[in-house]
Amino acid sequence: MREISYSEAVRESMSQMMREDEDVYILGEDIGVYGGAFGVTSGMIDEFGPERVRITPISEAAISGCAVGSAMTGMRPILEIQFSDFVVIAMDNIVNQAAKMRYMFGGKAKVPMVVRLPSGSGAGFAAQHSQSLEAWMTHIPGLKVVQPSNAYDAKGLLAAAIKDDNPVMFYEHKMLYNVKSEVPEELYEIPLGVADIKREGKDVTIIATGLMVNRALEAAEQLAAEGIDVEVIDPRTLVPLDEKAILQSVKKTGRVLVAYEAVKRNGFGTEIVSLIAESDAFDYLDAPILRLGGAEAPIPYNPELEKAAIPQVHDIYQKCLELLNR
Amino acid sequence: MSNQLKGVSNQLINELNLEKHDLTKMMYDMILIRKFEENLKQLYQQGKIHGTMHLCIGQEATAVGACFPLTKEDKITSTHRGHGHSIAKGTDVNKMVAELLGKVTGYCKGKGGSMHIADMEVGNLGANGIVAAGLPLGTGAALTSQMKKLGYVVLCFFGDGATNEGAFHESLNLASVWNLPIVFFCENNLYGMSGSIKEMTNIESIAVRGASYGIPSETIDGNDILEVIKATTAAVERARHNNGPTLIEANTYRWEGHSRSDARKYRTREEEKEWKKSNDPIERFKTVLLENGIITEDDFAELNEKAIKQIQDAVEFAESSESPSLDTLMTDIYV
Ligand SMILES: Cc1ncc(C[n+]2csc(CCOP(=O)(O)OP(=O)(O)O)c2C)c(N)n1
Ligand SMILES: [Mg+2]
Repeated sequence: MREISYSEAVRESMSQMMREDEDVYILGEDIGVYGGAFGVTSGMIDEFGPERVRITPISEAAISGCAVGSAMTGMRPILEIQFSDFVVIAMDNIVNQAAKMRYMFGGKAKVPMVVRLPSGSGAGFAAQHSQSLEAWMTHIPGLKVVQPSNAYDAKGLLAAAIKDDNPVMFYEHKMLYNVKSEVPEELYEIPLGVADIKREGKDVTIIATGLMVNRALEAAEQLAAEGIDVEVIDPRTLVPLDEKAILQSVKKTGRVLVAYEAVKRNGFGTEIVSLIAESDAFDYLDAPILRLGGAEAPIPYNPELEKAAIPQVHDIYQKCLELLNR
Repeated sequence: MSNQLKGVSNQLINELNLEKHDLTKMMYDMILIRKFEENLKQLYQQGKIHGTMHLCIGQEATAVGACFPLTKEDKITSTHRGHGHSIAKGTDVNKMVAELLGKVTGYCKGKGGSMHIADMEVGNLGANGIVAAGLPLGTGAALTSQMKKLGYVVLCFFGDGATNEGAFHESLNLASVWNLPIVFFCENNLYGMSGSIKEMTNIESIAVRGASYGIPSETIDGNDILEVIKATTAAVERARHNNGPTLIEANTYRWEGHSRSDARKYRTREEEKEWKKSNDPIERFKTVLLENGIITEDDFAELNEKAIKQIQDAVEFAESSESPSLDTLMTDIYV
């Protein structure tokens, strides 16, 4: 099968959905000839024109509210927030409006919108352009939260997100944009709420999200050389969460590492650990659950410090050995 | 350069009655900013600078002119395109280059990089990675000055694109109703990233926005440093005498792309060429200084050499500095 990059997969998904459904449009800053800060929307304005690829002023509060307002009245907006960090300026519209509207109105409204959020560190953009704040969103009832780790998932999950009638926060990772994998040409959906076993194994389960899925797979490869058989679970969507897939794997291996890039304290992995601790899978554990997350610090600029701020392949490798008392 | 542009400056240089020493210093600072930025471009191309940066080549007159009427106690807030503002406010170039190379001797000990250079000692409250974030911060700094009767004035730099953020509008209103000692200084370089200000607003000028908040406003030629000095001097005086905020819109142009990854598809090469050829703020100031006998060509060449040397020294300082140790990852998070 042909290989395309994560960013091409996101673009292809949006374009195919826009061809299929007239109500789908995208809005955001610099998404026209510039192609967005990461080139994800490159060329889309040529095909769809400025009506459906709407370049906005630098006004996150207005454009997010506008997306909500158009969604509740029949459109299906895709809002590109240039760097996920800037979503904080859009937060009122997402948290107080989009997320609660259906509930507050007694089920009489729906807000079918997708907010695309390039996130994560590794590019040297420092503290205000490198955060992973997805856990904030998972705390808000009414929002769905998606975090694809490869091009195939990105395409299928985005299609499902656009078709979903709820507000969906779609976290893309900057360091994955250029990573290629096999992606079918035709449009397909990956249902929200279905985890993927990225690698099967019997000794240790790593539950990883976003970029950490890729790092866990690398670590698993190295551990295999030492005779350690690692299973890697990628939840793919944080809300809704595929609890069953996670617990099944825990029961199978009895040893669990949860790895995520966001600040460790109260990152989404904390929720996964609680889920396991509260479940019947707890009885199957042969070792305490371990967690790897980002340093409890803002993301620094210096490349060495920046690296030290989030888990690396070697950290994952080490933690797995620790789980096995090696 | 058109005669009309020259005419204005020749009149202003008499009117402003500036010391030769100050004029020469400003000429030097403008050259220094340009050399600084040109050097960063090279360092970036050599792979020595991580991440991204936003150069202000072509906007030297706004930075230097707007900081001229400020005392060391006065404060500025800056933007992602902040190297010029920093240098003009007196920030040390050595520590700036060191920061860009991620060294421990840098302003932020290597943790901030280009978008977060700050120097509290000279009243530089920081560059900012968030568009328009400097305006409310500056408003708060002006509030401190008012409440504690400190007498300092705050000058907020921001771009044309920033004026479409709510923070711009809310800050202007707040500063106006509280009569704060602040100058809102907009560098209108025609674009916010790829967004042409003509397409991103439906108004003739940014300055008209001041009227919504009862703030006196004007549009000036931001590439004529003397015009910048005149407008900011008046605004700073107004603020200092408790007469409230001013909005200044200074028209200028950024010569380079928005950041290091910009194919500049949203504007023409001809437009760029035209600004560079006939509206270079350094050339314009130099011409006025020459024509008024303030400096000679030799003096200018000397200033140029001196700036090149100062930047070379800064690069050497930065390159020979240490990287921060890994344990600094967890320092300076809390007081
Ligand atoms: C809140 C926020 N939105 C978007 C961005 C991305 N961004 C950085 S600079 C910029 C353009 C700013 O334009 P302007 O204010 O005119 O300043 P200039 O770059 O022209 O100096 C954009 C969109 C950001 N940093 N912060
Ligand atoms: Mg601008």
